[in-house]
Amino acid sequence: MGLIEKVFSLLESRHWGVHPADRKRPAADCPVRGLPLPERLYVPLQQHIGAAARPIVLVGQTVLKGQLLAEAQGATSAAVHASTSGSVTAIGDIGAPHPSGLSFPAVTIAADGADRWADTGVSVDPFSLPPQEIAKRVAAAGVVGLGGATFPSALKLGLGLRSKIHTLILNGGECEPYLSCDDRLMRDAPDEIVDGIRIMLHATGAQRALVGIEDNKPEAIAALTAAARDFPAVLIRSVPARYPMGSEKHLLSELTGQEVPADGRTTDLGALVHNVGTAWAVHEALRQGRPLVERLVTLNGGAIDMPGNIRVPVGALVEDVLAFVGLKTEPARLVMGGPMMGNRLPHARVPVVKGTSGILALTANEATTLDPGPCIRCSSCVRACPVGLLPLEMSARIGIDDLNGAVAFGLKDCIACGCCSFVCPSRIPLVHYFNHAKGELAAQGRAQLRNESAKRLAAARTERLAREAQEKAAAAARRKAERAAQKAAAAKEAAGTTAAGAAAAAEAEAAQAISAEATP
Amino acid sequence: MSIETPPFAATPHSPVASPHAHAGASVTRVMAKVMLALLPVTLYGFWLYGWPAFHLFMFTITFALFGEAFALRLMRRPAVPVLQDGSALLTGWLLALSLPPWAPWWIGAVGGLFATLVAKQLFGGLGHNLFNPAMIARVALLISFPIPMTLWVAPLPMGSVGAPGFVAGLQITLAGIPQLDAVTSATLLGHAKTELARGIDLLHAAANAPVLSYIGDRAGSLGETAALLIAGGGIALIFMGVISWHIPFAMLAGIALPAFIGHAIEPARYLDVATHLLSGAVLLGAFFIATDYVTSPNTRLGQLLFGLGCGLLTWIIRTWGGYPEGVAFAVLLMNALTPAIDRLVKPRIYGRDRKGKPREPTAVKT
Repeated sequence: MGLIEKVFSLLESRHWGVHPADRKRPAADCPVRGLPLPERLYVPLQQHIGAAARPIVLVGQTVLKGQLLAEAQGATSAAVHASTSGSVTAIGDIGAPHPSGLSFPAVTIAADGADRWADTGVSVDPFSLPPQEIAKRVAAAGVVGLGGATFPSALKLGLGLRSKIHTLILNGGECEPYLSCDDRLMRDAPDEIVDGIRIMLHATGAQRALVGIEDNKPEAIAALTAAARDFPAVLIRSVPARYPMGSEKHLLSELTGQEVPADGRTTDLGALVHNVGTAWAVHEALRQGRPLVERLVTLNGGAIDMPGNIRVPVGALVEDVLAFVGLKTEPARLVMGGPMMGNRLPHARVPVVKGTSGILALTANEATTLDPGPCIRCSSCVRACPVGLLPLEMSARIGIDDLNGAVAFGLKDCIACGCCSFVCPSRIPLVHYFNHAKGELAAQGRAQLRNESAKRLAAARTERLAREAQEKAAAAARRKAERAAQKAAAAKEAAGTTAAGAAAAAEAEAAQAISAEATP
Repeated sequence: MSIETPPFAATPHSPVASPHAHAGASVTRVMAKVMLALLPVTLYGFWLYGWPAFHLFMFTITFALFGEAFALRLMRRPAVPVLQDGSALLTGWLLALSLPPWAPWWIGAVGGLFATLVAKQLFGGLGHNLFNPAMIARVALLISFPIPMTLWVAPLPMGSVGAPGFVAGLQITLAGIPQLDAVTSATLLGHAKTELARGIDLLHAAANAPVLSYIGDRAGSLGETAALLIAGGGIALIFMGVISWHIPFAMLAGIALPAFIGHAIEPARYLDVATHLLSGAVLLGAFFIATDYVTSPNTRLGQLLFGLGCGLLTWIIRTWGGYPEGVAFAVLLMNALTPAIDRLVKPRIYGRDRKGKPREPTAVKT
């Protein structure tokens, strides 16, 4: 390392991230309540990254809780199960929990009120199963990453088997303000989580598991430490509370001191990151045979009467959950997820999905309305950015439609964590700009692919036409040549009869001459 | 029950993307904090140099605000919301602090107009100016009107014998200083420059030199003499998180180091460190002017380089240049280098090396 590089790294304080007011309590300290079973559940077919699941039930069919409703299709997909018993009344569209207000397909179940589980008896010890079988069962249970990314967990476990994983990292960071569902789960079900972690260790072949929990959750750290006491492979680590500590790359760096290469994955370092909630879901799937049909959801925000963590079946409507916790005032904004990265909801008639960590009903005071002013180049965003980007330069480039300029400043490394917008004194909606630019770039990329393939097709067509023309010409020439040859042959034949006579005469003449010579 | 939040199109100022929370910072608040930090030294300047200083200050900020409003008017933009951000007020304020306290009203007026109209709005307004508007205006005034810009009065605190009252002070600002010789005085830097030019070395010149003062009771600009109040305000800004220590520290070091070396080698030719640091606009420049967000680099390392450059150039101009004081010139020169510094010094991106290439994966130790 050169001197200059040394000076750089000395000055390079990695004081990334921000410290938003966490507002997790009192919701985090309230005991978990269960949502009374709604009359109807709308179980979406697309609750994960990848292709939507393919429904295998028919309208009118009776289903039990945990019964498969739709199976995974394609390489990246996840199964979807009934979250209560009842009858399927429709398979159609429902509003998606996305700001666009678009809808997506879901299976509607009219609950029969019995909430009866399908037969899920599991008697096999998961540690006696081969690792592949565990991934298969996790897939069958429709488990997806519960930290928010909702990547199908079985695929990630399979990835672990393929790429020699030695460290499993469990994300108990929960760095988003307001949210406490992971905290609550760690406090209430530490043994189940540790068991899930051990099953995942078995499934991936990793030697150890590091559980990273932010130090603002001392109860969760204590509970998990106690639960992991007898398992030396499961190590509970306290990490500083700082947003976005729950970003998998940042948690990995905090726990191991390594950095994930910009174009790589955590598996390149021999590590795999899963959420603690996912470990719980793996435990449920392997020990109870229960697919992922319900989860803890944090209900929080100034407009909510009784904030807390609620056990909600997948497919329950947000408005049902809000009705259960009560609203003090009309919320100015509804958000699914945390305030830093969550999605604004268009209305409350959208279902809770596997990735729903929280529902926030924010008052006008809490929900920022941005009235952007000019950038004063204060570089707060530069210091806040956990990735080391220059958000102010990127947004300036995007403002003049210079997307390549923004890419040169690292747009593609942006994780959309929102730190820059959070600190910006000019209230510039930086993440909004970056999302726009990323979307635009993706569209451009697709258009280019389309263009290229169209060009390829056109070129292939021209080539084919040219070839066909050539072949035609060649065939014509051949035919012509053949005809000429035939003609020539015919002419030859006609001439041949006379020529043969002449030859015979010459032969006879020659014979005569020979015989004359032979008789001296 | 159905809870609707308005669709995106209905609320253009509330984008659909996250985050939905904000730390609460605003441009107005930042400017207000800077002004709060400037308040003690400003009030002290009023007291020290009397009512003419107050009147000059009012003229300067009024015309700075007017220049901003006029430019916005020309562009048919609403002026009030822009004026509310406080940046034009702060520009006028900083310019006024850098002026000779008894300068005539039109110095403040021309300077204030020039700062916001030419140095700021012509470049595109807040955030787009390449150079510090207050320093551009100061330099423009110094070059255009060298006599009134170098006419320093000895302190004559409010209420002391012979100090002008409110009305007499207004007369001084509007009509000029009566009995010029009675009140004017040299600054230390000006004195040193003059004596050296006359061939008298500093050791001999020191005998009749103006006294150096930490509390500011000497001839000088309106708000540049009270070292303790300026440094106090600057340190308060650092603690409030408005500025970081990098630029002030580097700028002071950039002056102190060459001054120390020079003075140690040849005290007869080079002024000492204390004189350099406590004279002229160094402290105001280091804490309040060079730290201007718009015209200084984005990264910590860039800010250190920038500060060092400001300090070093100030020392060079003071020592070998034609002007006794060089802070404004030094800051402007470094402003011009800021885009280059920002291009050279960028933060390292996570997972990449300094050149932007993806890092090689290093296996996690088990």
